[in-house]
Amino acid sequence: MAPLTPLNARIYSKLGQRGSFSLAIEEVAAQDEELVVMTADLTTLTGLTRFKEKYPGKFLNIGIAEQNMICLAAGMAKEGKNVFVTTYANFLAMRAYEQIRIQLGYMQFPVRVIGTGSGLAMGMSGNTHYGIEDIALMRAVPGLMVVSPADGAETTKVIHEAAHYPGPVYVRLSGVMNTPIVYTEEYPFAFGKAVRLREGDDVAVIATGTMVHESIRAAELLKEKGISASVLNMHTIKPLDTAAIRNACTRSNLIVTVEEHSIIGGLGSAVAECISETAGSPRLLRIGIPDAFQKVGDYRYLLEQNGLSAPQIAEKISITFGPGFRS
Amino acid sequence: MRETALHMAFSAGSNGAHLGGGLSLIEIMATLYGGVLHIDPKNPEWDDRDRFILSKGHGVLAYYPALVEAGFFPSEDLKKFEVNGNYLPGHPIMNMKKGIECSSGSLGMGLSFGVGVALTGKMRNKSYHTYVVLGDGECDEGTVWEAAMSASHFHLNNLIAIVDQNQLQYDGVCSEIMDMGDFKAKWESFGWDATEIDGHDIRALLHAFRCCLQTPVLKPHVIIARTVKGKGVSFMENKKEWHHGSLTQKQYESAIAEIRGVQ
Repeated sequence: MAPLTPLNARIYSKLGQRGSFSLAIEEVAAQDEELVVMTADLTTLTGLTRFKEKYPGKFLNIGIAEQNMICLAAGMAKEGKNVFVTTYANFLAMRAYEQIRIQLGYMQFPVRVIGTGSGLAMGMSGNTHYGIEDIALMRAVPGLMVVSPADGAETTKVIHEAAHYPGPVYVRLSGVMNTPIVYTEEYPFAFGKAVRLREGDDVAVIATGTMVHESIRAAELLKEKGISASVLNMHTIKPLDTAAIRNACTRSNLIVTVEEHSIIGGLGSAVAECISETAGSPRLLRIGIPDAFQKVGDYRYLLEQNGLSAPQIAEKISITFGPGFRS
Repeated sequence: MRETALHMAFSAGSNGAHLGGGLSLIEIMATLYGGVLHIDPKNPEWDDRDRFILSKGHGVLAYYPALVEAGFFPSEDLKKFEVNGNYLPGHPIMNMKKGIECSSGSLGMGLSFGVGVALTGKMRNKSYHTYVVLGDGECDEGTVWEAAMSASHFHLNNLIAIVDQNQLQYDGVCSEIMDMGDFKAKWESFGWDATEIDGHDIRALLHAFRCCLQTPVLKPHVIIARTVKGKGVSFMENKKEWHHGSLTQKQYESAIAEIRGVQ
């Protein structure tokens, strides 16, 4: 794996999380004899055309049959294959939910489930293709790790780490091409360990996926208003880095979660579960997608409609924090 | 085995057990574990062993006694059937040391899992065969047919499915609940080599398995085994009420007497 530099960060950004996955999985394939990558008729749309040509013996198309794909992957993992399955996040997390629960959660076969186009990335395709409940569903499965990388570079780290992880993993890929850059240089990445990206005393912003970048920008806007905000990249939603959250509770007066996911059951809920059991914890503001299907539009339109752009996030935090709050 | 199954069900008391679909499966499991599967109970994870997957997970009354007969665990352990916290509940839990290859209970997943196991065997040029037992009611599940499609797509002639066709599901007669039409033709149209036999005739079962292993056709195989739900106990036979039930002392004694009389 090439070390992260400002130059390849730009390449990963251009490719987006999906394209970064396809680059990383080729690197894994070059070193792993047992690797098998499966798709459910979305070879091109999950960025695997080149992989298929380069590694035909490590590639399987199962057709439009996500449930079959998960069970088949489990059977192959049982026999020692290192299996990655990919298709749109909504089809994996919802159509194949019970298969993930039994074949991966219950039997603990280390299959890596890569959900692409999650959140609102599917834009004009509409609500059938949005992945706004996948974190809630996946984190309810016992024994399943849930990860949502912040940018293209972090996606490559997640894929390389997932290839060696001893249990099943759900990886949520979100955002579109030309995705904003969070990381331009090497940093230590470990599942279950949140990354502190910005220091601040008043507000602790805990974000995941694409919202990490928006939250950093929001923190910059808040600084102009005299509010000091830290930003934590909670790339692993399960198991949750509760130590980092408790630490944020002791240092800040307001905890904010930001995610491109339904307000029900996602990062905000996971953090709420943690801090509600922490004595004397500060107030929590959850920012996410309201509990409703969307008016269809392009990605940026959808983010703005849901109040998920940096200025909107800053505004919400500013209103909640407000002058009264501080006193 | 049938007597053991009845004893297990009786010992489960008011928890009850899946009697009907367990008793219909006895000869199939006895044939597999007695004369077909290449397995070594002393080395349950032997790399070249045949793989067996009970997709109709509620068939444990035939499965656990077969594992005992094959030597995977002592008959004494059957006392743990449906006992709190033990390893032999009403649907199997994967336990390689005891010869249980897959957890099941939710229907329609075992054949897909078996396709993954068989496909890996092909990729590795392994000689093992993968056997999957399904129920006929289970075939209502669409995923069974997704699996069937993929097995023939990948030319998995090392995969053998056995359908315990006892013609009854929870709510009643299969053809009334969801008519499958020409069941054998359905499998054939999905690219399978299909055989219909009497699932209580051990000679017929052995012959059918032998044919699957010897035929040169590059297709997955399905043995549609016609059976009687609750086989061997007249008051249970073909009665949907005995899909899952508990036995009174009197019923248990009467069932055992009938089984012994038959033998």
